[in-house]
Amino acid sequence: MTIERLNMLFVGVGGQGVLTASDIAAQVGLDLGLDAKKSEVHGFAQRGGVVESHVRWAPVVGAPICEKGTVDVLVAFELLEAARWIDWLRVGGTVVVNTQQITPMSVSVGDAVYPEKEALLAALRKRAGRVVAVDALPIAEQAGSTRTMNTVILAALSTLLETPPEVWERAILRRVPAKYGEVNRVAFRLGREAAGA
Amino acid sequence: MKQLLSGNEAIARGAWEAGVQYASAYPGTPSTEILENFARYPGIRAEWAANEKVALDNAIGASFGGARTIAVMKHVGVNVAADSLMSVSYTGVFGGLVLVSADDAGAFSSQNEQDNRNYARFGKFPCFDPADSEEARQYVGVALDLSEQFRTPVMLRTTTRLSHSKSAVEVSPPTERAFEPLPPFKREKEVTRVIIPAVARKRHPEIEERLRQIAEWAETAPVNRIEWGDKRLGIVTVGIAYQYVREIFEGFSILKLGMSYPLPMKMLRDFAEQVEQLIVVEELDPFVEDQLKAAGIAVAHGKDIFPMCGELTLAKVRAGAVKAGLPVAPIPPAVPPIDEVAIPARPPALCPGCPHRAFFYNLSRQKRKVMIAGDIGCYSMGVLPPFQAMDMLISMGASIGMAHGFKQAGGQEKAVATIGDSTFFHSGMAPLASAVYNRSNITVAILDNRITAMTGQQENPGTGKTLQGQETQEVDITAVVEAMGVKYVKEVDAWDVEAVGKTLKEATAFEDGPAVMVVKGACVFIPEYKPLPRLEVIADQCIACGLCFKVGCPAILKSEEVFEKTGKPKAVIDPLLCTGCTVCAQVCPTDAIVPMESDYMAGR
Ligand SMILES: Cc1ncc(C[n+]2csc(CCOP(=O)(O)OP(=O)(O)O)c2C)c(N)n1
Ligand code: SF4
Repeated sequence: MTIERLNMLFVGVGGQGVLTASDIAAQVGLDLGLDAKKSEVHGFAQRGGVVESHVRWAPVVGAPICEKGTVDVLVAFELLEAARWIDWLRVGGTVVVNTQQITPMSVSVGDAVYPEKEALLAALRKRAGRVVAVDALPIAEQAGSTRTMNTVILAALSTLLETPPEVWERAILRRVPAKYGEVNRVAFRLGREAAGA
Repeated sequence: MKQLLSGNEAIARGAWEAGVQYASAYPGTPSTEILENFARYPGIRAEWAANEKVALDNAIGASFGGARTIAVMKHVGVNVAADSLMSVSYTGVFGGLVLVSADDAGAFSSQNEQDNRNYARFGKFPCFDPADSEEARQYVGVALDLSEQFRTPVMLRTTTRLSHSKSAVEVSPPTERAFEPLPPFKREKEVTRVIIPAVARKRHPEIEERLRQIAEWAETAPVNRIEWGDKRLGIVTVGIAYQYVREIFEGFSILKLGMSYPLPMKMLRDFAEQVEQLIVVEELDPFVEDQLKAAGIAVAHGKDIFPMCGELTLAKVRAGAVKAGLPVAPIPPAVPPIDEVAIPARPPALCPGCPHRAFFYNLSRQKRKVMIAGDIGCYSMGVLPPFQAMDMLISMGASIGMAHGFKQAGGQEKAVATIGDSTFFHSGMAPLASAVYNRSNITVAILDNRITAMTGQQENPGTGKTLQGQETQEVDITAVVEAMGVKYVKEVDAWDVEAVGKTLKEATAFEDGPAVMVVKGACVFIPEYKPLPRLEVIADQCIACGLCFKVGCPAILKSEEVFEKTGKPKAVIDPLLCTGCTVCAQVCPTDAIVPMESDYMAGR
């Protein structure tokens, strides 16, 4: 059975490639013959703020943003952000989380502490139907460039959805500059392997 | 071919397809990408103006010459352009003129969330409100046609959600087109392009009549349409709100307005008569609702159940409907937020390597003796920890005027105004001239990062490059300031912590009129910025004094290692973020921060 409709929420930190990844995910929806919309909030130009991007697939999509409680897959590029956005997930929904931890200014100036990794993962597991954690940065490095981190994460996401992986790979390769084609191909394969495909 | 385009990309596309040959804009979220995209099409000219009024004036000149044109700005930019806007409604236009106003419902990156539909009623011109990218593309052409048919300026209003969401648009690759010069300028016998009082008085009744005719046109315009369904409930909606309505009120009757002003009142009245209960769903102000009520149409629900403040969302529309007992599906259960661990906030911060850092570090150390009037740009983050060095900020260009007014009214502290290069050109020159003229001893720090950074790095008159990437004359800020008669003018290297501090002290001590320091250094996102070898902390040398945390750099983290004597955490630098700017190294009292031995990233 193929997917008819899907709500995804991509979250992370500015500079991580969240917006490119969500663009690609929306394109995959179109390529699958569905209608697709995506919507993003990226704040200011600087690096380091919270980035959120909604992607919806359906035969006909209305609103470009999801409703709280209807997100089928939360795709978090950063561990703390997964925790921040978990209440958008539908009951029984899936979380794909990159376990990278990026210290927010509130923590480095000493106003707050970054929670323990295990405590965050446990809190996510308690709430989601399924949590797939990948450590995407070293995998991207292994593929040949840290810039392929978002490809690794998309690869992991692609293993959870009943969609042909070629559609994802093609959409990724169309989007990245030609000279990064090969590293992205490797990153896609490694990402799928890491997610257990 | 179906392509995913953002609302902004679609507006650019629509403008090009409709034959716009000149466009002018000042950047501002969420509008910026419209001109950036339009500039890539063939056969057109597109420019960054110094501010929004200049952009609109440029467009008016183009229109008066006979060209189709758009002026593009964010919602608050329309305030800057409003003087010309109100009067070009009176003169009327020649070539089609569309003002694209990108509103920011939700105030995601703005100083307010004003609803610019109000300008349409205020200025007596029509306003179009597309609901997705395809409509955004089409409406530009419809608006330009209408503009020429009724010789009126037209507003096309987008919002952050529309501008920054992508939906499918049917487009083919752009065909080649050559730039066409205008026909010879025709001087009329009876002047209409010169808005003197006699012309204004004569034109006013004609404008009222024009508006009446446009309302008539709206009755049958395809942009306003009814989707009949269950008539127990009729929903009037406009703009992006339509997307929420069609999901939440699926199956009921919807009147979708493609324009919020003037309204097709006959159509609305007919609709109201045929449905049992009429409600209005619109973002921000009760703009349509109030017009319906004024026309005597019964509105069962509107802003009594849907919020006036902030962006609408599916959740807010559903919650309002559920509360009022309207027949919609219940609120979906969601997983509970995490409360067993505290989730720290992630406020924005100056980037690693940012040229504003050394200035704000110094300013925060000297701030006890000064009052700081800020301005709008990346440097607005000077208000956040660890600097907390900004006491007032109100609108673009206001810093210098506020600092001056504070002093002239008898303010006892030294007054420092901080303003960026783009903002200086936007609206900083007039207040500086005024301060020189009226002789206040304010300090003006022009933070010249060689770009308009906050909105995503756009060129400006000081950068030597045009929107379309051509080399051009660079307006020299220091020379401008000197020419105004400022007696203390000094340029300083943005990353030289000591020099910046010394200059700031000198400038604030200066007592012969305004003192201006130009803090020069490129934003890390432009090619002019040259990263240096990255830095690392020699842990054995770090005494955990915490001074480097005070420069507020996202790359400087608390180490797990503590300094034994005090038990405080030492510093460590994230090599993925560091750009080697050395500001932290300069403030370190023990010289514990040094370049990494061999850095493959150096000179990237
Ligand atoms: C009237 C108005 N127009 C546009 C904007 C959007 N805007 C916010 S900051 C900014 C540019 C600031 O550039 P600059 O002064 O050079 O500072 P930088 O961000 O480069 O530090 C702009 C255009 C606004 N807030 N108000
Ligand atoms: S975008 Fe440029 S000016 Fe803005 S905070 Fe980053 S480095 Fe500084």
